[in-house]
Amino acid sequence: MKAFFSLIARDLKLAARQGSAVALSLCFFVIVIVLFPLGVGPEMTVLARIAPGVLWVAALLACLLTLDRIFQADYEDGSLDQLVIGPLPLSFLVLAKVIAHWLTSVLPLIIIAPVLALSLNLASDGVIAVTFALLIGSPTLSLIGAVGAALTMGMRRGGVLLSLLVLPLYIPVLIFGVAAVEAAVAMLPMAPHLLLLGGMSLGALVVGPLAAGAALRLALE
Amino acid sequence: MAIDLHKYANPRRFLAITSAIYPWSLALTVILLAAGLYTGLFVAPPDYQQGETVRIMFVHVPAAWMGLMIYTFMAVASAVGLIWKHPVADLSAKAAAPIGACFTFLSLVTGSLWGEPMWGTWWVWDARLTSMLILLFLYLGYIALWQSFDDPSKASKAAAILALVGVINVPIIKFSVDWWNTLHQPASVATMSGPKIYSSILTPLLIMGLAYTAFFVTLLIIRVRAEILARRLRILQLSELQER
Amino acid sequence: MNEIATFFDMGGYAWYVWPSYAISAVVLVALVISSRRRLKLVERALESMEAKRPARPQRKAPAAHAEKEMS
Repeated sequence: MKAFFSLIARDLKLAARQGSAVALSLCFFVIVIVLFPLGVGPEMTVLARIAPGVLWVAALLACLLTLDRIFQADYEDGSLDQLVIGPLPLSFLVLAKVIAHWLTSVLPLIIIAPVLALSLNLASDGVIAVTFALLIGSPTLSLIGAVGAALTMGMRRGGVLLSLLVLPLYIPVLIFGVAAVEAAVAMLPMAPHLLLLGGMSLGALVVGPLAAGAALRLALE
Repeated sequence: MAIDLHKYANPRRFLAITSAIYPWSLALTVILLAAGLYTGLFVAPPDYQQGETVRIMFVHVPAAWMGLMIYTFMAVASAVGLIWKHPVADLSAKAAAPIGACFTFLSLVTGSLWGEPMWGTWWVWDARLTSMLILLFLYLGYIALWQSFDDPSKASKAAAILALVGVINVPIIKFSVDWWNTLHQPASVATMSGPKIYSSILTPLLIMGLAYTAFFVTLLIIRVRAEILARRLRILQLSELQER
Repeated sequence: MNEIATFFDMGGYAWYVWPSYAISAVVLVALVISSRRRLKLVERALESMEAKRPARPQRKAPAAHAEKEMS
């Protein structure tokens, strides 16, 4: 357990030391969202209508963009080999890396999401809903993404392949995430959607580390 | 060399069994296809609501069935390959993927051709069409992953992991797309999404489904045979390089 | 003659029914052809490989001999 937390702490420290990476993915998230009013037009009702979808799609893409960071750097400098033969079981190693990724790359997006939601004229109920939906649903993104990242680790053009592998699997999260926000805006109960998102996160918590662990063992053979 | 022979043992038996099955499955494919096309095009009456377009169903619905069935087959084969290290299972999954992708593609195209006269548009974000589109992306990702490894034994394991993760997700995707569809789709289209199935239509549909299955088996035998021989060729080439 | 014409007309939906049958046929036939061609290519390569294989020890022996003589 100690090894587990020290690995998370190490990854957080590394991310803090090179903070530019976090800032870059934040910038990407903001720019994608800014592109939509420019593309669709500034009409407030239209923006409010598409805001939940835009926020979720942008979060999906920003998360996708950072997935290769989960294992790639450690793989390149060889520290992943050290970690794999260390005391931590492979699934827990993956889980620690995923938690670090979520804290450094996804949580910042969720923190600024309400501001961007307001700029898209989303109703205040929707702003709260989108924050909660992202908090509950986004762990799935990191967990499934870790499987894709482990599978494409060390490939030359891994990024494009990664998006083809991972994005179809993200669709349920997108659908229920958007549905939760739309339900909140329409004054309908959003609990069922959030429960489904939570269920998916729990399912991914079981499947993701196992599959990513197997993929890591394969890549390091 | 002894290890090589052990490796061949299983595929050899597989090759022997399949070459015995092959003529039968080929004949079955031809007969069933002829019967299915005949009943579908000549015997089945036009639908009272959809008219003659209902005949598109005989190539559309079986293709969609095959798309789903072949993905399930790939996942089972991948699990067998991953757990028991059965060499033919990995190769069967690899050989089946392009067939499944083709069937999924066909179900999308024919669905679109059916949708234009029925819905008045080439593409409707209907739950079934949308989930088939996602399935096509799953197939393409699987094929692309196979192609991005140089080492076939690594590729087979990586692709098997992907197929298993994918097959867990397929029901979730299907469920979520259905949910999304009920939220967004006007109800009028949903009632048009499928004709009531009468036995005069069901019979050719089932025959075509069986014909496609027999076609899949026949083609799979050809493709797996090619994969086994290609692997053997690779081993020979490598050993020749080592001897040099 | 007229019956044949009405059959191909498909109640006015000929432009939807026949292309869907045609594309199914084209894709499936293309799949069969490409699969068979791959099998034939691999079989041929394997045959030439295995034909070469038993011949090699004979070819190798004189080569080893030659090396010995050289040294």
